[in-house]
Amino acid sequence: MSDEAKGSGFSRRSFLRGGAAGALSGGLAAGLLPEDAAAAAAPKDVDGVPTVGPGPVEVELEVNGVVRRLEAEPRVTLLDALRDHLDTTGPKRVCDRGACGACTVLEDGHPIYACSRLLIESAGRSITTVEGLGSPDAMHEVQQAFVENDAQQCGYCTPGFVVAAAALLARNPRPGEREIEAGLGGNFCRCGTYMGILGVVGAPGHAAGRSGGDHGG
Amino acid sequence: MLRDAAEGTTVADYSWPEPDRRGQIGRGPARLDGAVKSTGFARYPSDRNPPGLLAAKILTCPHAHARVVRIDTAAAEAIPGVRVVQVIQGEGSEIQWAGDEVAAVAAETDDIARDALRAIQVEYEVLPHFVTEEHRERAPVAEPGSERTDGDPDAAFASAHRTVEQTLGMPQMAHMCLEPHGQVASWDGDELEVHASTQAVSTLAGQFASELGIPATQVRIRTEYMGGGFGSKFSPDRWGIVGAELAREAGAPVKLFLDRDQEVSVAGSRPSAFARVRVAADEQGRLVAWDSDSWGSGGLPGAGQTPLPYVFSRLPNRRLRHTSVPTNLAGARAWRAPNHPQACFLTMASLDDLANELDLDPIEFLDRNLEFTGRADVYREELGIAAGMAGWKERWQPRKRSRDSALQRGLGVSIHTWGGRGHASNCDVTVHADGAVEARIGSQDIGTGTRTIVAQVLAETFGLELPQVRVSLGDNRFPQSGPSGGSSTVGGVSASTRRAAQDALREVLARVAPELGAAPEELAAAGGRVFVEGEPSRSMSWTEAASRIGGAPVSAQGRNPGPGRLISSGVGGVQIAEVEVDMETGVVHVERMIAVQDCGLIVNRRLAESQVHGGLIMGVGYALFEEWIPDPVTGRLLNADMEFYKLAGLLDVGSLEVHMMTGPGYDERGVIGLGEPPVISPGAAISNAVANAIGVRVPYLPLTPDRVLDALAGRGGIA
Repeated sequence: MSDEAKGSGFSRRSFLRGGAAGALSGGLAAGLLPEDAAAAAAPKDVDGVPTVGPGPVEVELEVNGVVRRLEAEPRVTLLDALRDHLDTTGPKRVCDRGACGACTVLEDGHPIYACSRLLIESAGRSITTVEGLGSPDAMHEVQQAFVENDAQQCGYCTPGFVVAAAALLARNPRPGEREIEAGLGGNFCRCGTYMGILGVVGAPGHAAGRSGGDHGG
Repeated sequence: MLRDAAEGTTVADYSWPEPDRRGQIGRGPARLDGAVKSTGFARYPSDRNPPGLLAAKILTCPHAHARVVRIDTAAAEAIPGVRVVQVIQGEGSEIQWAGDEVAAVAAETDDIARDALRAIQVEYEVLPHFVTEEHRERAPVAEPGSERTDGDPDAAFASAHRTVEQTLGMPQMAHMCLEPHGQVASWDGDELEVHASTQAVSTLAGQFASELGIPATQVRIRTEYMGGGFGSKFSPDRWGIVGAELAREAGAPVKLFLDRDQEVSVAGSRPSAFARVRVAADEQGRLVAWDSDSWGSGGLPGAGQTPLPYVFSRLPNRRLRHTSVPTNLAGARAWRAPNHPQACFLTMASLDDLANELDLDPIEFLDRNLEFTGRADVYREELGIAAGMAGWKERWQPRKRSRDSALQRGLGVSIHTWGGRGHASNCDVTVHADGAVEARIGSQDIGTGTRTIVAQVLAETFGLELPQVRVSLGDNRFPQSGPSGGSSTVGGVSASTRRAAQDALREVLARVAPELGAAPEELAAAGGRVFVEGEPSRSMSWTEAASRIGGAPVSAQGRNPGPGRLISSGVGGVQIAEVEVDMETGVVHVERMIAVQDCGLIVNRRLAESQVHGGLIMGVGYALFEEWIPDPVTGRLLNADMEFYKLAGLLDVGSLEVHMMTGPGYDERGVIGLGEPPVISPGAAISNAVANAIGVRVPYLPLTPDRVLDALAGRGGIA
């Protein structure tokens, strides 16, 4: 999804309102709102490198279809911004260093580890968390498949797996083993729900798939 | 109602319905909290963000053994946004493991709290440490347990036909709960509310209260959801008490959850187990003697004797010696099926090697010795089923001596046992005049499906569907129910709920009996109706029946233990592993795991299978990948993370096939817990399959490539 194509009318260009920001490029600049932030926090060049902080900077991004604006230090990760500043707690902080996948979200449609992205890197971008895919009363088909395949126990890894599986299936509705490994190999579960998850993505030998298994229930 | 002749009084009949009358029991409805979990709407304790919340972090000791000489928190306190700094172990304290708590900070954000930790200056006197219990001869402290001898093992070994002797072992490993240990604590005056990631909703309040000097009645514990425990989350822990103290001092709610390195290092591990094992059989392939000299460590507390020889506990002529080896590592916690996976590996690997010495098929060898177990008939039936599923007769071959191909396949078998009796539990069931039914129970759903199980029992009893009943748990204001450990929850909550529901139903039936022109005991509830047994036309809908109870709801409390045969204990299971080993790289891949398991009456078939899958997958993890790796030089773990502490991934686990023993002979036993049993055998079964594939025993778990290659090269044994 391109920045301009979002239903909210949100566009990256609309963020670039300050003259200083206009000199910046790429994700770092987009969505930073220098004129609203303290002067000390305004983006500036240091040895030719666009720089913000260390004080709080104001950042705007879209989360689950809603434009959100917040003030946070540049060191704040996207995950901490979502969980601690925006109360969007579907993505979980488990390893906090890009090893387990529990924090997986979509950034402009692509799955990323939110713990390994700075908030300022996601400025101006569109973030979709597990909550943005569906709700308990109107589940995304992948979420529905997680329920039907019992692909969760404690459920703490589930949000990351759901987002990663949704991204995988959006790219490839019938993934083979290699694609499944590439798409879901970055997520871990401790309770041992892998059989259900393989059913969700329709892995060979796990034919339950997204139509759901019949367990007589 | 039944007349109890002995007592001369009338007692209620508490029982499960006959197979042809079950509406819920034994079926496989999806877990009730599936939708909130799959959408991220489930709020775990770590997800709670009450207004004014502060973030807390803990400063830990980097040394495995040290004394705190000086601690200076002034610079930390001066950081803007820092609200409270608390010294946990001050000057003079002796620290016994790396990762132990020294100080804590509550601040306005996580990052500020981290800044403050870095600003705390601690001077340590570093003391000698010991973290490698595999080398027990080097331990500064080792605590020999008493030696126990039954029969005459020396004579039995002297006259035995075949004997094997070797040293086997497995290291400490982590619980690795994905939601770290921790809680959100908030005070309203002198009332404390704790949203805790715990396995023990009903027992935590008393522990908080005694540490904090307040009455237990002023402590509220809430755990709607929690992200895994596996035996490590029964106590408030020091960080729980500290979190509550920080909140009290700051006058604001405080969220304190461990960082991953702390979670791995201090919040739960399984004790190691090593043993020099000698075991012998006669010419008929019957066991005659066992001798084990075992040792192990669960960190500072050491580790006790595991139940050896495992399962074959009636074996005569045995000698057991055990040494507990304390180390400078955090204390172990109950890890799913405490002591059993270790005992199972030490025993089943030894028996597998003995079968090889006897030139016997290991299944045949186990079968010839089942009289030494407590459940010979169950194991015999399960071994037959598992062998059939695996195609064992056609496909099993003796250990390979040749290396004709780089990829070698092998089959291995193991058996295990567990208790699983339901714990003490109380449940309130209320029937409202509109027909709504609710159970309130101070239990917790740690991911096993407790919420769904209770709902099924309610729906079963009242003849309703799941959406018509409500289950409230995860709150210590509800009737107290036991901690979720040892596979005790499903038996406890299903029994207390059934008793309460049957009593509540009886009261409703008594109110409507005159209208239906029948005695209350002639009435039944099923399919959303109340009717006269055998005359379904004399009936009314459940809603009509409930409306007759008037203004005050009907409620009843059920207890466990209690009357009626609803639960029991004692299960047996058989697992077969099939592996492929790359003889050049030493990489082991599990191709297939077969699990045959009994657990009495199954309440939810789908959740039961999920428990077995989970046990198998965790088992593949500790068989192939998982271990604590302490650095002997620093005393710290080298892999307190999720990059180098390796969990099994999605495609590491092969094909898992589960057969649950149900029906006549099993259902009559009532409900028995299932969380622990399936995690016990995988280490042994996979190790035996690898030995079958490569022709030699790899004496150590996990079966990492270096250990496999060492074994193939005839080196790399245990100290």
